[in-house]
Amino acid sequence: MDNPLKPYPATIVKITDETPDVKTFQIVFDDPGVWDHFRHKPGQVAQISVFGVGEATISITSSPTRKGLLEFSVKRVGLLTGALHQLEAGSKVGIRGPLGNHFPYEEMKGSDLLFIGGGIGLAPLRALIDFVLDGENRSHYGQVEIIYGARSAADLCFKDDLFNRWPHMPGTKVYLTIDRPEEGWNGHVGFVPSYLEEISPSPRNRFAITCGPPVMIKFVLSALQKLGFPDERIITTLEMKMKCGVGKCGRCNIGSKFVCVDGPVFYLSQLKELPPEF
Amino acid sequence: MLLLKKEQLLAWLNKLTQAYQVFAPVNEEGCVSFKQIEAGDQCTLDYTNSKVPPKEVLFPRSEYLFCYRCEKEHVELKEQIDEHKKVIFGLRPCDARSFLLLDNVFRNERFQDPYYLTRRKNTVLVGLGCNQPPATCFCTSLGSGPFATEGLDLLLVDIGDRYVLEVLTERGQELLSGMELPAADQEAREAAQKVKEGAAVSSRVTLEGLKSKLDVSFDHPLWDLIHEKCLGCAACTYTCPTCHCFDIVDEAQGNEGCRVRSWDACMFPLFTLHGSGHNPRPTNKERFRQRVMHKFKYFVDNFNATACVGCGRCILNCPVNLDIREVIAEIQGTEVRSNKQ
Repeated sequence: MDNPLKPYPATIVKITDETPDVKTFQIVFDDPGVWDHFRHKPGQVAQISVFGVGEATISITSSPTRKGLLEFSVKRVGLLTGALHQLEAGSKVGIRGPLGNHFPYEEMKGSDLLFIGGGIGLAPLRALIDFVLDGENRSHYGQVEIIYGARSAADLCFKDDLFNRWPHMPGTKVYLTIDRPEEGWNGHVGFVPSYLEEISPSPRNRFAITCGPPVMIKFVLSALQKLGFPDERIITTLEMKMKCGVGKCGRCNIGSKFVCVDGPVFYLSQLKELPPEF
Repeated sequence: MLLLKKEQLLAWLNKLTQAYQVFAPVNEEGCVSFKQIEAGDQCTLDYTNSKVPPKEVLFPRSEYLFCYRCEKEHVELKEQIDEHKKVIFGLRPCDARSFLLLDNVFRNERFQDPYYLTRRKNTVLVGLGCNQPPATCFCTSLGSGPFATEGLDLLLVDIGDRYVLEVLTERGQELLSGMELPAADQEAREAAQKVKEGAAVSSRVTLEGLKSKLDVSFDHPLWDLIHEKCLGCAACTYTCPTCHCFDIVDEAQGNEGCRVRSWDACMFPLFTLHGSGHNPRPTNKERFRQRVMHKFKYFVDNFNATACVGCGRCILNCPVNLDIREVIAEIQGTEVRSNKQ
């Protein structure tokens, strides 16, 4: 019997500072054979073990098209993420997964995609952004637009992607905003939901995929509905306190749905059927 | 049906302890719980029900998932799967039913839990019918009963100086190998029947329509008041045979440690607290609602079964007399029906 609670030993091979409190960890399995059964899809999550401290559920931010490694972008907020931030390249960790459902990338084929992210919320979206932009996949999808905001310019995650990579990809636009004006920033200033309304993208043949702080998601969802996006084309991914990640420990449910196995990806039409307890 | 004289019980239990880990009700200063016994005389069958349910035999309060040693170049993990053959002896039919409910959680199509399932597979259940169910029992409302056999391998029915033994499965039969037990005669059968008829479960809850009421009552004002006397102590979850929430933590020293799974409870504020400080169930109201909803709606949605066996432990052990039967009645908009005065 496979043991869903036992992690695979793995090693951090590279750490990138994204912001003052976000780091991206590049991780490879110690046993290369693990890749044969660890095949994640964009939007899925994994449990990262820091041995001696515990585990936390983190979204996989690298696209499955990038083979042979996993990337996790982690904001330092609590015990486990604090301990993870102390580690150096070469440190041993454990990985369990892939867990949860994924973005409906098959259903999205032939459509334009609008990504709306805030802060560390870009991490799960990035797996899908790179998935649709990579190689042959690109031809299956229409325009890719990315609206992304953070508190300040320093708090923007994935600066290399945002400034140097994504804007130069064909059919791809990146719109950036920060909460307050600051010296040296010539871009847009203001919150993500109001920037979204300003840009006012057409809902025609377009999926909107959003992730960010709970309050941002709330206002983005209502802005998208105002713009005329149907509930079946608005997609978000949720975060919850998790322990087991396999639908048994009982804490990440919203109504009858467990975010770890029934989520983390939900259509707005599904969320509307659930109690507002997240 | 077979007949077992009470004086044969000790020898049988002693024999079972040779081949199995036998868990039986043990009375420690008035507190009965299922403990592993080394000899038959350590157990008591003169009890109403155990304080803590026997679910802890299959799903312990605390258990090692695996232990590890973390070297610079290498991590070694060793799983701690308990493969001992076990007998749970003398458990009540309601608690046997709880295992059927827990199976849904630990053995669903998505993920199987090897810790619970390995123990489950290796455990034989010997039930003891309830001649005198206490007033807090409402098992018959949940599809069980004082002599229900569902989930059991053997059932003992106490008819005074003897037990009528109902053999329900092959695994149950195996426990009797080498024992030459006579078939229950007419008189014993009649005595057993009489005991069963006399064992009245006096209180009831009405499940009919409850789920459909809960389907639409997440925002109902009743939740504002109904939780008010609840202290959030989680005695109800700790003593519940169907509660399965758990925590996972590391216990480590230096580069060696173990990952531990322990019972946890939805009644605790930290249970759902995010690292960011956000808490989707921030007050006792949401937590109390979660407990009720999980048992009588969410579990039904997911597994088509109610996560309650009517054992009454949450009623007996609540320090403020919060009674789940009254909660259900309030949701139903009716009073608890009782045959007893």
